[in-house]
Amino acid sequence: MAPKSHKKLLTQLLLGTAAMFGFGFALVPLYDVFCDITGINGKVDLTPAKYSSTETSNREVKIQFIAVNNESMPWSFKPTQASLRVKLGKTYQTAYWAKNLTANYMVAQAVPSVAPSEAAQYLQKVDCFCFNRQPLNAGEQREMGLAFNVLAGMPEHIKTITLSYTLFDITATSAKDVASNN
Amino acid sequence: MSTGTEQLVESELDTQEAHAHHGPAKGISRWFLTTNHKDIGSMYLWFSLVMFMTGGCMALLIRAELFQPGLQFLEPAFFNQMTTMHGLIMVFGAVMPAFVGLANWMIPMMIGAPDMALPRLNNWSFWILPFAFSIMLMTLFMEGGGPNFGWTFYAPLSTTFAPPSVTYFIFAVHMMGISSIMGAINVIVTILNMRPPGMIMMKLPLFVWTWLITAFLLILVMPVLAGVVTMMLMDIHFGTSFFNAAGGGDPVLFQHIFWFFGHPEVYIMILPAFGIVSEIIPTFARKKLFGYSSMVYATSSIAFLSFIVWAHHMFTVGIPLMGELFFMFATMLIAVPTGVKVFNWVATMFRGSMTFETPMLFAIAFVVLFSIGGFSGLMLAIAPADFQYHDTYFVVAHFHYVLVPGSIFSIMAGVYYWLPKWTGNYYDEKMGRLHFWLSFVGINITFFPMHFVGLAGMPRRVPDYALQFADFNAVSSVGAFLFGFSQLLFIYNVVCCIRKRNQATDRVWEGAHGLEWSVPSPAPYHTFTKPPKVD
Amino acid sequence: MNLILSAKNLSRICSYATVSVLFFTVPTVYADWQLNMREGVTEISRAIYDLHMVIFWICVAIAIIVFGVMLYSVIYHRKSRGAKAHNFHENLYVEIAWTVIPMVILIGMAVPATGTLIKMYDARESDLDIQVTGYQWKWRYQYLESGVDFFSSLTTPQEQIVGDAEKTENYLLEVDNPMVIPVGLKVRFLITANDVIHSWWVPDFAVKKDAIPGFINESWTIVEEPGIYRGQCAELCGKDHGFMPIVVEVKSKADFDIWVSEQLLAQAEKAKSAEKRWNLDELMVLGEEVYTKSCAACHQASGEGIPGVFPALKGSLIVQGDPAAHINLVLNGKPGTAMQAFIDQLSATELAAVITYERNAWGDSLGDIISPSQIAKMKQ
Repeated sequence: MAPKSHKKLLTQLLLGTAAMFGFGFALVPLYDVFCDITGINGKVDLTPAKYSSTETSNREVKIQFIAVNNESMPWSFKPTQASLRVKLGKTYQTAYWAKNLTANYMVAQAVPSVAPSEAAQYLQKVDCFCFNRQPLNAGEQREMGLAFNVLAGMPEHIKTITLSYTLFDITATSAKDVASNN
Repeated sequence: MSTGTEQLVESELDTQEAHAHHGPAKGISRWFLTTNHKDIGSMYLWFSLVMFMTGGCMALLIRAELFQPGLQFLEPAFFNQMTTMHGLIMVFGAVMPAFVGLANWMIPMMIGAPDMALPRLNNWSFWILPFAFSIMLMTLFMEGGGPNFGWTFYAPLSTTFAPPSVTYFIFAVHMMGISSIMGAINVIVTILNMRPPGMIMMKLPLFVWTWLITAFLLILVMPVLAGVVTMMLMDIHFGTSFFNAAGGGDPVLFQHIFWFFGHPEVYIMILPAFGIVSEIIPTFARKKLFGYSSMVYATSSIAFLSFIVWAHHMFTVGIPLMGELFFMFATMLIAVPTGVKVFNWVATMFRGSMTFETPMLFAIAFVVLFSIGGFSGLMLAIAPADFQYHDTYFVVAHFHYVLVPGSIFSIMAGVYYWLPKWTGNYYDEKMGRLHFWLSFVGINITFFPMHFVGLAGMPRRVPDYALQFADFNAVSSVGAFLFGFSQLLFIYNVVCCIRKRNQATDRVWEGAHGLEWSVPSPAPYHTFTKPPKVD
Repeated sequence: MNLILSAKNLSRICSYATVSVLFFTVPTVYADWQLNMREGVTEISRAIYDLHMVIFWICVAIAIIVFGVMLYSVIYHRKSRGAKAHNFHENLYVEIAWTVIPMVILIGMAVPATGTLIKMYDARESDLDIQVTGYQWKWRYQYLESGVDFFSSLTTPQEQIVGDAEKTENYLLEVDNPMVIPVGLKVRFLITANDVIHSWWVPDFAVKKDAIPGFINESWTIVEEPGIYRGQCAELCGKDHGFMPIVVEVKSKADFDIWVSEQLLAQAEKAKSAEKRWNLDELMVLGEEVYTKSCAACHQASGEGIPGVFPALKGSLIVQGDPAAHINLVLNGKPGTAMQAFIDQLSATELAAVITYERNAWGDSLGDIISPSQIAKMKQ
């Protein structure tokens, strides 16, 4: 019996292995798409809303604002308003306040998250300080603006939306970029 | 086939491969350079035994610490390294290599092939392993200690907050991933290309079938594991943010990718066990396996379902309602093909003519105790209830029931079953039975009380616990030492079986069927150099 | 390697081991052979308990049937009894039956499970919102409406853990500041983490949600009976994962309101205490207390740390050097390490006290005082 060619099968299996290695990495963007659709995790886009809804409604919901400092992020960081009652479809402005309490220049990145997670896709940020890195000099303080609206199509059972911002210290990683900008 | 035909085969081929045919090379280089599937199979099995004892010692350290509330032997930091290493070593060092060892020994002999299809690759895939695990174990002696983030190594505990040795851990995982993938490729090519004429797929022994499916699972998921540790490596050293929220990443993404690998991995550790048990029960029931084709289909559907249930490990991370429902239903569905398998085994025993030699005892215990693990698995699948079970000792009890009296018992059953064929001698049956009963009792004393402490609210991976969990933990620890030390009997029995003459017949077991029993005992260094006739 | 193994412990363990091997029980002080899940004190926890029991009994029933048939075969169909093997190995109808029947049973289980799950995801308006943040290895509770804000960490003394003192009733399940919530009202938990993933779990409420850094998760409960309920962190979060319990005190609405106003008052007092003049002895006493609670887990009570993991403070250049650098490190932490920023976690007085303590304990007495007012200025 002539042995069947191992080469062809071997090539196919090796290609399969390589493809699955690639698939592992492809899961990263796939997951983002999946999150966009399902709002898993309350993950929110870090780019401005591409369209703002013109449809308004008289329904009101409560929006709560929360500030979280990630580990070793020593800034003082809080919302200027703890909560707002908002009409669906209307754009609102609010702000967070931050102060760099250290004696060093620091750069922060705020990461938004929404609870309940299914509300994430209805909360549209028109403008947000989380779109950019936030540098503060030693002792400097600043109000950082946020403009948003809640889409009218949001399911009836959602009465309260909590928007949280976690502040991360990214001084170390952004040092390079700053140097090249100056 | 008898020794007569074997001699005939040898004399025919002597001219071509005269050198190889006088048996194995002498000296240590035999083991380094061998491409013989039996040698490599033996090395895999010995390696896995060493790892089993190493991981077992770690388990005993853990149980010693948990014998009483309070900290007695281990610092919490070292305790975490022990739980992590115990998991990694048992999964990647003990169970998986043992199955690969059995595959190496048995698949060519069961399908009637002269060797594995890619013998040099085979040598490689084994010899990577000792190095991978040396690196892994070395981390324990490094500054900051070894991996301490659990065998599931969730980010950011395993990235931003990991000890410096995590890089070596990643390297070791890469190496064993490569080893597994090469082993799996070899198994697939052997089974698909090396069958003699007449050995059609639906005639393959079930051990071969389950291994074929396992090998495909390995090829599909081990690269994903390689991918996820590569992402960790990049996050740690190259400033990427796959799992770091600060840079737009997501720690939960890690869990999704990990369990996309992790859940099929669980089946990688149990499907070959199904195969072994499906070989042993018919032999000792002296009756053909009930529902051969449904066994094949059930195994395939379990393998398929394993890809769409991963998030049941993550019910508490905050998945939307629809996601929870989907993963709950998909997970519950696995109970159907698993049930079919158990029913088939019971139906095979029903109206058979059973004897209870050691392999059969282990196989029957497998069916019962694996089913108990299956039941707790079904309970864990119920998402609302999982909010109470998740990350408690109930989960620990569940997966130890499917892995220890599941995978490990099946491996021991397989070793006792095929040992006379490998060595040409019967093992000591009395000692085998004693080993079984001590293990059976030990295992249940160890793991059954874990259900209770888990339900009562004891979280897993804690070095110390509240007083109400003390009694059952003490019982568990006693059982663990009983189980651990009775394994010395197993080693003694195996060594005696190799050294003492107690000539086994070619068929070995009265009810044994299949090509592997048609060669002499011990199986000669080269078997089926001429394809057997299969009817 | 980091094994602690004192001769005293060893001998005690050995004697326990002997006792329990001989009698199969451990000293009866601990006797509590709880076998089952707790029913809990909320509608959800009871629904889950019922679901758990239903599925458990279904599994038991299936087990009795399957193992019964097997046991019957093992007893009656053995060769030693002269059993002859029959020759059947397929039966389409039987195989269809044992595929379909489990399907039906599973659907029967899925229906109540789905119902319970939908109830758990109920998003009706809450009466009280609490932000729960997991830290290595403590919890922070922030009441969004009232502004009450505190940390909650383990109070079980180290002596009990290492066995130098008798373990008391709530060993490892006791904290300095429990969460307090009102009975009968809907409380919403907004759960997140500061460093690694934790999981906030109170078995009696059947609330378990992962706390993930950068993301916010929500869960809720309505507790029906006042009382004290205890839970633990359920996700491996590093060295002291086993030592960050959760205690929730459920009070009547009136008592809860009193508690809130007391808390607010105490918070204001604490802030004010920084204005007072503190002398070295006062700071050292408070400092040791704070150190034991917030620093000793890593740097150890002796200040010697754990080599290679947590640096020693005793003899450290920072502790013996410029106070400004020392203050900066304690307040702002060290990025990329386990050293947290304590500026939010401790009051100005506590910070001043602990820094003073670190500079004067363990024999490297520098005699310098860090004044609370100095820290208070840095906190604004």
